[in-house]
Amino acid sequence: MADQAITVGTPTLPAVGPRVREQRWALLRRALSARMAPFGGVVLILAVLMAVLAPLIAPYDPLKQDLSNVLLTPSAAHLLGTDNLGRDVLARVIWGTRVSLIAGFASVAVAVVVGSLLGLLAGFTGGPLDGLVMRLIDTILSFPALVLALALGAVIGAGLGGGVIALSVVYTPTFARLMRGQVLTVRTREYVEAARVIGSPGWRIVKQHVLPNVATPIVVQASLSIAFAILAEASLSFLGLGVQPPAPSWGGMINQGRGYLQQAPWIVFGPGAALFVTVLGLNFVGDAIRDALDPRIRV
Amino acid sequence: MGTLILRRLAAMIPVLILVSFGVFSLIHLTPGDPIDAMMSDSNDPQAKERLRHDLGLDQPIYVQYANWMGRVLQGDFGRSIRDNQPVLENVSRRIGVSLQLAAFAMAISLLVAFPVGILSATHRNSSIDGFGTTFALFGICMPNFLLALLLIYVFSVTLRWMPISGYVDPRESLADGIRSLTLPAITLGLALAAVVTRTLRSSLLETLSEDYVRTARAKGLSEYLVIRRHALKNGLIPVVTILGLQLGTLIGGAVITEFIFALPGVGRLVVDSVFSRDYPLVQGVILLIAIGFVLSNLLVDVVYGLLDPRIRYG
Repeated sequence: MADQAITVGTPTLPAVGPRVREQRWALLRRALSARMAPFGGVVLILAVLMAVLAPLIAPYDPLKQDLSNVLLTPSAAHLLGTDNLGRDVLARVIWGTRVSLIAGFASVAVAVVVGSLLGLLAGFTGGPLDGLVMRLIDTILSFPALVLALALGAVIGAGLGGGVIALSVVYTPTFARLMRGQVLTVRTREYVEAARVIGSPGWRIVKQHVLPNVATPIVVQASLSIAFAILAEASLSFLGLGVQPPAPSWGGMINQGRGYLQQAPWIVFGPGAALFVTVLGLNFVGDAIRDALDPRIRV
Repeated sequence: MGTLILRRLAAMIPVLILVSFGVFSLIHLTPGDPIDAMMSDSNDPQAKERLRHDLGLDQPIYVQYANWMGRVLQGDFGRSIRDNQPVLENVSRRIGVSLQLAAFAMAISLLVAFPVGILSATHRNSSIDGFGTTFALFGICMPNFLLALLLIYVFSVTLRWMPISGYVDPRESLADGIRSLTLPAITLGLALAAVVTRTLRSSLLETLSEDYVRTARAKGLSEYLVIRRHALKNGLIPVVTILGLQLGTLIGGAVITEFIFALPGVGRLVVDSVFSRDYPLVQGVILLIAIGFVLSNLLVDVVYGLLDPRIRYG
């Protein structure tokens, strides 16, 4: 099936130079000028703060059951109500932020590193190794993402670690293809040939010429992937494969509240709203980063 | 065209061999003894040894793969260890439900996306466009399981218009069948509608600024004909691409949707088999899904080639 690399517009960012600082500020200004970017930035900062400060700001212990106070409607004492075991929904939503952010960032980080290395390896060596790596990538892409994550989650075992590994595998091909495509275009450029002629070792060519070129599309893709990785982790937790109860995760909470939709819809919609707003905010941030770094691929 | 299909089919073979190996390895990637995982509720060592022998897990791994592959090539995708039913039979009994759901969802998404996308593009920066782009963003960021529960809360729990879950075959009772599939199809279709709306809007905006559109307007065609005959036809190509790319999302979404609405489809089978640790069933179903997915991607490529001669001859 599709074995052509996806080619993405690749502006060359200056890697070194006296004007870099000024240009960085210009980039930030451009990123913030995108319409919804400030909203996205605020959401991201709030989410990170919630995740880091969870033990300090959560109003209750997220695991503490209180069977005399089950299914309480939202009130001043329990802003988002309580669940079927009398646990405070807000406290669980705050603690659940940790799981979502760790899963989103960690799985994309692993995918970026592994994917980039595979792409570099394939693009630089060429020949049979390139063929093998690309067939491996095609193999991963032969499975619908969620089905693959489910199957991997099933064999690795439930839990945050298993979920992160499963999602990294799912997201690796994108980055491997980006990197390989970039290497293939840069490899034949004259400045790379010149570098080779003067005896630059391979790693130096990668560091000086390839990475600065590929950084933009990778950063853009990564920032957009994090939003989807958070969604995917929530889906796995919802299906029961992510973080295991009683530990709080948004997907798991939504699944557990499913049976109480009639009596206590806040068990579902509290974490649901947190998930939706986080994904929305991260999408705005991703779009803003893309617009700032490369106005040409604006959709 | 024929050579394109043949070339693609040939390129599929090594990938499918790797896919089969990946699916086969699943059972061996489990930490610990897969037999213990499958028979966690049994303490009978004899029964465990019997299962190990039946599944061939007591043989060297290459022998296992050769045997498994040999059976797969003859159309034997294994049996469930729970009810001893052949995987193929299990899947073919459920595929109808999944296909009905997918077709219904696809219809809903196109019925929503086309008017919204076209109006957004023709009334750029108007309030209609604002609504269209907001809708698209909403659909992309909304987790499908959350949307499903929102729909159930509004239409089944509060208004009581729709059943909460369950499936009625539309061939038995058309009205009840459609009722049982409506909320699942909206759940599955909305994300797709959002992506199609977004793509259609941006590709139409591009074609509407082309010279041939200006020519068509200059020669006095009505705006309707300009859009239908000239702009839309060319604007559709990216939509087909994106529909192809969304296929995987559609299958993944079907897994979640069938799970929530208790529809007896293939997606539900995947979840059930994963949770009952029925590894032979997991292997068989996932292999079948991967084959179906690869073949549908091929089909999309072919349709794409039919629509755009530049790809066929390029």
